[in-house]
Amino acid sequence: MRLHRPCDGAATRVNALAWTGALAALFALALASLAVGVSDVSWDTLWSDSDDDLVAQVLLFSRVPRTLALLLAGSAMAVAGLLMQMLARNHFVEPSTVGTVESATLGMMVTMLFAPQLPVLAKMGVAALFALAGSALFLAVLSRIRLRSAWIVPLVGLILAGVIEAVTTFVAYQFDMIQVLRAWSNGDFSTIVDGRYEMLWLSLAVTIVACFAADRFTVVGLGESFATNLGLNYRALVWQGLLVVALVTACVVVTVGGIPFVGLIVPNIVRLVVGDNVRRNVLWVAVLGAGLTMACDLLGRLLIAPYEIPVGTVMGVVGSALFLVILLRQRRLAGG
Amino acid sequence: MATLQFLWRTQAFRLAILLVLATVSVVTFMTVAVEVEWSFILQHRGAKLLSMALVAAALGMSTVVFQTVTHNTILTPAVMGLDALYLFLQALLVLLLTSAGVVALGGVNKFFLELVLMVALSMWLVRWLFAGNASSLHLMLLVGIVVGILFRSLTSFAMRMIDPNEFNSLQDRMFANFNTVQTALLPPSAVLMLLGAVFFWHRRHVLDVLALGRDAAINLGVDYRRAVLQLLVVVCAMVALSTALVGPVTFFGLLVANMAYQWMGTRRHVWVLPAVVLWGVIMLLGGQVILERVMGFNSAISVAVEFVGGLVFIFLLMRGGKA
Repeated sequence: MRLHRPCDGAATRVNALAWTGALAALFALALASLAVGVSDVSWDTLWSDSDDDLVAQVLLFSRVPRTLALLLAGSAMAVAGLLMQMLARNHFVEPSTVGTVESATLGMMVTMLFAPQLPVLAKMGVAALFALAGSALFLAVLSRIRLRSAWIVPLVGLILAGVIEAVTTFVAYQFDMIQVLRAWSNGDFSTIVDGRYEMLWLSLAVTIVACFAADRFTVVGLGESFATNLGLNYRALVWQGLLVVALVTACVVVTVGGIPFVGLIVPNIVRLVVGDNVRRNVLWVAVLGAGLTMACDLLGRLLIAPYEIPVGTVMGVVGSALFLVILLRQRRLAGG
Repeated sequence: MATLQFLWRTQAFRLAILLVLATVSVVTFMTVAVEVEWSFILQHRGAKLLSMALVAAALGMSTVVFQTVTHNTILTPAVMGLDALYLFLQALLVLLLTSAGVVALGGVNKFFLELVLMVALSMWLVRWLFAGNASSLHLMLLVGIVVGILFRSLTSFAMRMIDPNEFNSLQDRMFANFNTVQTALLPPSAVLMLLGAVFFWHRRHVLDVLALGRDAAINLGVDYRRAVLQLLVVVCAMVALSTALVGPVTFFGLLVANMAYQWMGTRRHVWVLPAVVLWGVIMLLGGQVILERVMGFNSAISVAVEFVGGLVFIFLLMRGGKA
């Protein structure tokens, strides 16, 4: 853990350089995301003064919203993962591995079954409530487990997520909704057009709040007695953190479906480089999360063009492979 | 009353009760709501009964052995990504060979191909167990689950590329299914299952010694590494066998193993091994009868078992993973 770092000129320069590089890469990815697709949008047609209305429309109604949605959802899920790791005090958890995403999906399905006429915002509220309950359940189960090796925490989360998913599948099975469920529980940006993604700005707002509260969450990550010693209300902070995670997850799940592993991979990579200080690494997590999500989405669009693979699937493959690498690396470091 | 209490203390009596319950389940399963000709019922339900019994025995016994070897009652060998690999294989085969090619490959060939690949994967995972300390056991499980997620994502990857017309032939295999077992697979599975069961039974005393822990077992003259490896190979083969036969069932073994421990009140394998098989038969057949005939659900036994099994898993974790 590196809370303090010598802040001399050289370090600042390196930092500034890294930031410039990262932002340039993100910008390049965003441009690529705008350019790739079935309808040919080349930069020449855009800047030449042809009266090609179609190009402008494709950009405004489809490509720009999609790219924005990718940016927002990717960064929000990555930050939510970082928070979840602080709350569970374990580096191997994130909303889609502790049941938060599954609970939000269950909540969505419940509203679709019993109150399909609700406005989207209300549906999101229900999903957020379910997500909150699911994550709280995870923390409650966790606090009652005596046997706490580093590996058992994500294990419990994954099993809990599996149980919640089984409930959802069971209900869906009874109401013949398996196909519908599959269609929107898997993260997919292909249906994003103007007017279908704006809810994600809400997740941006919540993420920004989380960035401002970053210092407190660093302290939460150090444990209850430490936080209490510093005069913080540990329980209140945990609930605030859970609320942030649940809201962000619900936003993303309602709009595009679950995007697995962003919240797991990105904070771990950032931690390896930058250290454990949330305030220092939260912006890095947001930028890298957006970048990784965009890269996976691009990959999914290019692999079987003109068709596309949903980002949730691509991220599942890329993310779990990366996670395995991290796990095995940790293990070698631990000398186990 | 006093005699009943005395009888209850003997394991043989408890096992006898299970035997009666299992027989009742079998008889009810075979005879309830017969509306067509008996010969058809015997053939149709007989195949279903045999496949359920095979799965119950394979998963139940292998879970008990796995738990003894790993000194942990919250583990189940099926968690380690085998089911996901199975699903991936299904998708890959349809993608590469088309569904007509899969049919041409033949059920029995496909069955053995799946068996070999699943055993190979699990053996790779089992290596983790031997590499180090106690924490690497949880790590092995975690790696197994993540490998499972990887395979699941690869499966939906492959599904995207499969012709929609071919997709239907795949969809049926995504859930554990006892209704459409290929009868051609039953004789080879029964033989393999029996071999595995005989091996476990033959090793029951060694298993009792292994349960004492690594150091105690070595002190008592067991070639620990060799014995454990042999047992784990057979465990993996049995789990792969049941998955190749009916499809993925994750928490079933965990559920029946813990029921067997509780019911028998002992961990001695001479009692636990038969008890777990009987509990498995009771759960699957009895559960199927209750869900189908009483509650009116349609072939949802695997979903129900997964749900209950998952809850039991959480409960066991909260109790601290000992019993």
